[in-house]
Amino acid sequence: MAQVFSPVSNTIARVVMFCGVVGPIFTLIVGSAITRSPYNTNVGVPIAQPVPFSHEHHAIELGIDCRYCHTGVEKSGNPGMPSTQVCMSCHSQIWTDSPLIKPVRDSYRENKPLVWNRLNWVPRFVYFPHNIHIARGISCNNCHGPIQKMMITYKGKAFWMTFCLNCHRQPQKFLAPRKDVWQLYRDIQRYGYHLAVDGKPGLTPREYALAQGKYWENDGTDLAEGEALKRAYHIHSAQLTNCAICHH
Amino acid sequence: MDNTRHISSSNGPVDPAVAGLMEGEQTFETVSERLASIVLRQDKHKLPWWIMLGIGFVMYNLLGIALTKLLLYGVGIWGIDEPVGWGWAIINFVWWIGIGHAGTLISAFLLLMRQNWRNSINRFAEAMTIFAVLCAGIYPVFHTGRPWCAYWLFPYPNILGMWPGWRSPLLWDVFAVSTYASVSILFWLIGLIPDFATLRDRAENVVVKKTYGVLSLGWRGAAEHWQRYETASLILAGISTPLVLSVHSIISFDFSIGIVPGWHTAISPPYFVAGALYAGFAMVIILAVPLRKWYHLEDYITPKHMDWCAKLMLTSGLVVLYGYMSECFFSYLSGNHIEIRMMELRQFGPYGAAYWFLILCNGVIPQLLWIPKVRFHNGWLFFISVVVSIGMWLERYVIVVVSLTRDFLPSSWGYFAPTIWDILMYAGTIGQFIFLFFMFVRVMPMINIFEMRELVHKTHGHVHSSAEEHSAATPVSLPAQPAE
Repeated sequence: MAQVFSPVSNTIARVVMFCGVVGPIFTLIVGSAITRSPYNTNVGVPIAQPVPFSHEHHAIELGIDCRYCHTGVEKSGNPGMPSTQVCMSCHSQIWTDSPLIKPVRDSYRENKPLVWNRLNWVPRFVYFPHNIHIARGISCNNCHGPIQKMMITYKGKAFWMTFCLNCHRQPQKFLAPRKDVWQLYRDIQRYGYHLAVDGKPGLTPREYALAQGKYWENDGTDLAEGEALKRAYHIHSAQLTNCAICHH
Repeated sequence: MDNTRHISSSNGPVDPAVAGLMEGEQTFETVSERLASIVLRQDKHKLPWWIMLGIGFVMYNLLGIALTKLLLYGVGIWGIDEPVGWGWAIINFVWWIGIGHAGTLISAFLLLMRQNWRNSINRFAEAMTIFAVLCAGIYPVFHTGRPWCAYWLFPYPNILGMWPGWRSPLLWDVFAVSTYASVSILFWLIGLIPDFATLRDRAENVVVKKTYGVLSLGWRGAAEHWQRYETASLILAGISTPLVLSVHSIISFDFSIGIVPGWHTAISPPYFVAGALYAGFAMVIILAVPLRKWYHLEDYITPKHMDWCAKLMLTSGLVVLYGYMSECFFSYLSGNHIEIRMMELRQFGPYGAAYWFLILCNGVIPQLLWIPKVRFHNGWLFFISVVVSIGMWLERYVIVVVSLTRDFLPSSWGYFAPTIWDILMYAGTIGQFIFLFFMFVRVMPMINIFEMRELVHKTHGHVHSSAEEHSAATPVSLPAQPAE
């Protein structure tokens, strides 16, 4: 009987064996990369809004406090979105004819709220209270990225559980004095995006990193301060990583 | 295709260790021809094969229906509820996993013990193991309620910052069962390589020839191949042998780490392992009896094989019976009123009938195997094996259900009754097992051909062929692939 397999079969067999090993690994790596990419998370992808609201203009150039619009952020779990009346408290006086904010005027006139497109979500089985995080000195930028620099708001960080757990497992690395939450934006207004060097006033390294939307972990003297704050705030790490602290 | 060699049956006395393991006048050619033709010729598969395949196919479809309903409606369609959260899913899981154990014992443990009688039953016993594990694996995955999240049980680099299933005993099952399944499949497939080569050489249809050619991975029967094969199979046997004991021990921990009365006992691991082997040998006999009759394999699976399987079944059954007795004894000895109450509940409670029926099935009826005539009678062997299978299922039923119905708070006491979906799913996995097994019989040699040729060599004296073929590394020379 003639040969069943031609010599090319050897090559095919080797390719199959190679793909059998490399293929699954490759698939897993590509799958993980796609999961973590902005394609899936939308981090850094601006979304069109009814009004092109600029956080940079309002928060830094004009110096409006976060709490002027997000009134609930210190007091409740939900920071709240500003009502049309809040917008109109200024815009009834300035830019009254601007076509850009026509939807705001329409909303005011028709008494129909603006529908903003929400960017940041946690799953419905997660409870995230803003107030306690603000009260423990966790800056807005820790989770929302360089929000004060955004001309059109985008998602600053992916809210993965590992992101939450990173702080909850070692809170001393992220805690700060309460006043620092708001001091950050005042300092940016005053000094711009400059580090304090050689006695010249500027941002602290922590403020500088947060202003860029970068991760900042306390170490050295900051860490000692973080440990002290942890005690002062009565934070128990074991409690913070209990499932029921967020899922309940 | 020149692989016929003259064999003399008068060359020296037969080794008593292998006497009776093969009957009839056998040569390498008759062994190869009879075993390979079952795979290569459809006319060897007569009406019984079609009937079994049909039954298996219909019941397999029941599994599809049951799982579809389950995915759409959730585990609430089963009889499970508070306080009995582990119903038939866990009972059937333990039952199926147990059945697999005899296959591993035969293929790995007996290989290390150099037991030649394993040769004619190891192949289909290993297939039985793999198909039983496949049936078992379905249950815990679907019992989680969210099978699409089953991958959470694995420690994989994820965005959660933790492994969700890591603190659950279910994780032990994941590692025990996946190790067991992968080692068993590997062992089975490696053992099939020389036989695939035989099928390749004997096939006439080009597609069949190519298929077995691919599966045999270029096997030429060279001394080097045999040396590597023997090494690999010894290593895998070494890995598999501890699994015979460890897998069901780990499954028993799922019960014994719980503080539930009736589960929280140190005897669980050996008791579960013995039960697994008991059920496994029963299943080997259930499969062997019809196979040897339908395919006329009495020459290869001889009465001696059946006798020894039956003896092993009886032995493991006695260990199981000892387990029942010591469980009972230690409950009463403990002086712990909750343990005593649980034992009374098992024996005389609402599920007492199941307990006594299980004692009848597992403890009393198998004692008939002490009688040699019973061990050599196919009908009796088949009957006792079916009884043992039922008994082992009832044992898990009694363990799982009775302890759970009586919660610590009397206000939470309840009862368990299966629903039609429990029953359909059980029937479905039985169907899957039957279907896969008879498909296996159709496409793979159910008896290890090359080990049977080796047995020809041992039982029928030495092969008279040219001296250079008597290499120590080649137990029996396979028909070599003709060189180009």
